[in-house]
Amino acid sequence: MSHSKIAIRVDDLTVAYSYKPVLWDIDLEVPEGVLMAIVGPNGAGKSTLIKSILGIIDPIAGSVSIYGKPYDKQRKLVAYVPQKGSVDWDFPTTALDVVTMGTYGKLGWIKRPGGKEKRAALEALEKVGMLPFKGRQISQLSGGQQQRVFLARALVQDAAIYFMDEPFQGVDATTEIAIINILKELRKAGKTVVVVHHDLQTVPEYFDWVTFLNVKKIATGPVKDIFNDDNLTKTYGINYKVAVNQ
Amino acid sequence: MELSEYFSQLFSDYTLRTITMGTAILGAICGMLGSFAVLRKQSLLGDAISHAALPGIAIAFLITGTKDTNVLLLGALVSGLIGTFWIRGMVTKTHLKSDTALGLVLSLFFGFGMLLLTFIQKQPNANQAGLDKYLFGQAATLVEKDVTLMAVVTGICLIIMLLFWKEFKILLFDADYTKTLGFNTRFIDILITFFIVLAIVLGLQTVGVVLMSAMLLAPAAAARQWTNKLSVMIVLAAIFGAFSGVFGTAISASQNNLSTGPVIVLVASVFVLFSFIFSPGRGVLFKQLRKYQNRRDLELQKTLQFMFDIAKTHERISHPHAIKILNNFQGYTKSTLKELEEKEWVKVKGQSWSLTEKGYDAAANLYNNN
Repeated sequence: MSHSKIAIRVDDLTVAYSYKPVLWDIDLEVPEGVLMAIVGPNGAGKSTLIKSILGIIDPIAGSVSIYGKPYDKQRKLVAYVPQKGSVDWDFPTTALDVVTMGTYGKLGWIKRPGGKEKRAALEALEKVGMLPFKGRQISQLSGGQQQRVFLARALVQDAAIYFMDEPFQGVDATTEIAIINILKELRKAGKTVVVVHHDLQTVPEYFDWVTFLNVKKIATGPVKDIFNDDNLTKTYGINYKVAVNQ
Repeated sequence: MELSEYFSQLFSDYTLRTITMGTAILGAICGMLGSFAVLRKQSLLGDAISHAALPGIAIAFLITGTKDTNVLLLGALVSGLIGTFWIRGMVTKTHLKSDTALGLVLSLFFGFGMLLLTFIQKQPNANQAGLDKYLFGQAATLVEKDVTLMAVVTGICLIIMLLFWKEFKILLFDADYTKTLGFNTRFIDILITFFIVLAIVLGLQTVGVVLMSAMLLAPAAAARQWTNKLSVMIVLAAIFGAFSGVFGTAISASQNNLSTGPVIVLVASVFVLFSFIFSPGRGVLFKQLRKYQNRRDLELQKTLQFMFDIAKTHERISHPHAIKILNNFQGYTKSTLKELEEKEWVKVKGQSWSLTEKGYDAAANLYNNN
């Protein structure tokens, strides 16, 4: 595998909410075009890491660059799928409306979404198989459907790098397959995808790149080289055995 | 004065018209901005802000010595804003939850305000009386310039809302995501909060410190029941708010000595109660009816299924069976049998029943359609 460009670069990133650091001195380079899982136990700082990269959380120290420039200047290259539980799904709006929100960043202040934006949103809904539900009030969607709406909202941003916070959490097998197919399509199109992931069993099958995280960065690299019992044990603190047969 | 008399005088009586206009505009702006507060789960913020405004009124009076509404409301605005930023500061800088911060600011500012009011009342000059009207409001003191001020603020608020509609909506739904898109969420947040504070301060003269939060929340809560669209919700909330203002004023004007503020709030509560019960989508009544209907349908289907399983074992569908057999089945009642007969799924003859062709097909396809 030859990865020429570095899509995401994190230097000396440290984050703390109170005295105890949540992330400690993280250095990370993510090459362009990989499908990367961030794995680690609860409280390892996985979500915090992507939130810090995205500027949602202010780090105590460290810096982040996207294709060599500060994140502020590269926002339009980045799309984000937050955890499904982070919003109120009883909000009075429809699936199409939520997906259209993905176009707001490129529109900028005050300008309203028009026909072009609506078409892009419909296209994204179709990609995730949610077109028949476009007019549905979002509380009347199942958990898996809500997750797909969130994914469509990120797709509509038409970014180079996608950050996803546990997109597989609480979704059924059909949705999981639909999501992973889209992720693989994104990779085929040369996009970089970073996913906070919980299910260790599926890492070798779904991803080609992995970062082990537990407050500190334990390891990062190609799945086939570093996804082994040694790193899992270091990350999870118990003697971990996973069948890695790839 | 009778209620009908009030409405006939509305067009001739200048004072009555001013007060009605004032309460209607106030209801509308509160309904609009209250929708934002409700959707952000900041329902209690309004309560804290209105209570936090009280010391501002007292201090403005102590400094200037006038009882000019605009001066006192300016004081209220300043202390309301200070209270709001204290709450925000407490939530972001400490680990206190927002309800704790709200409660603290509310009681601290209100306590201090009451202290100042009693201090002012003990002062020996004659001008001090009347500040306590800000506790429960007194719509009768509204004059034209108050109403003009309300109208101007409402107009500006409306323009800002239309201008930043997209930004407001996305911030209300998903603040973190909004930030990643490059919007200055702090600015949008402060803009919304500022207008909420402004609306509350405008309402203090009419509804008062204690009941002001109900003006914000009640129309919005009622409106949410009727729609799943943000824009419709805000328009409905404004309409409910305006009507609460008008009806509240009408009732209090026609029943002598009834304080306007509390009556407006009660009318708004009637809107809420009505919406909670009768709204077709989310209302309690229709939910219960749907539940009852679904249960009946299911019982019917289960009985049909049971009959189907018996009929299936015979060569002819129309083969009669004793009604007695059905007694073994839990879901069966006489009325279900009657209903099945009405649907022409079942034929009843004397003490026996038989499935019809139609009933047989219906039973065979019961759970095959999904």
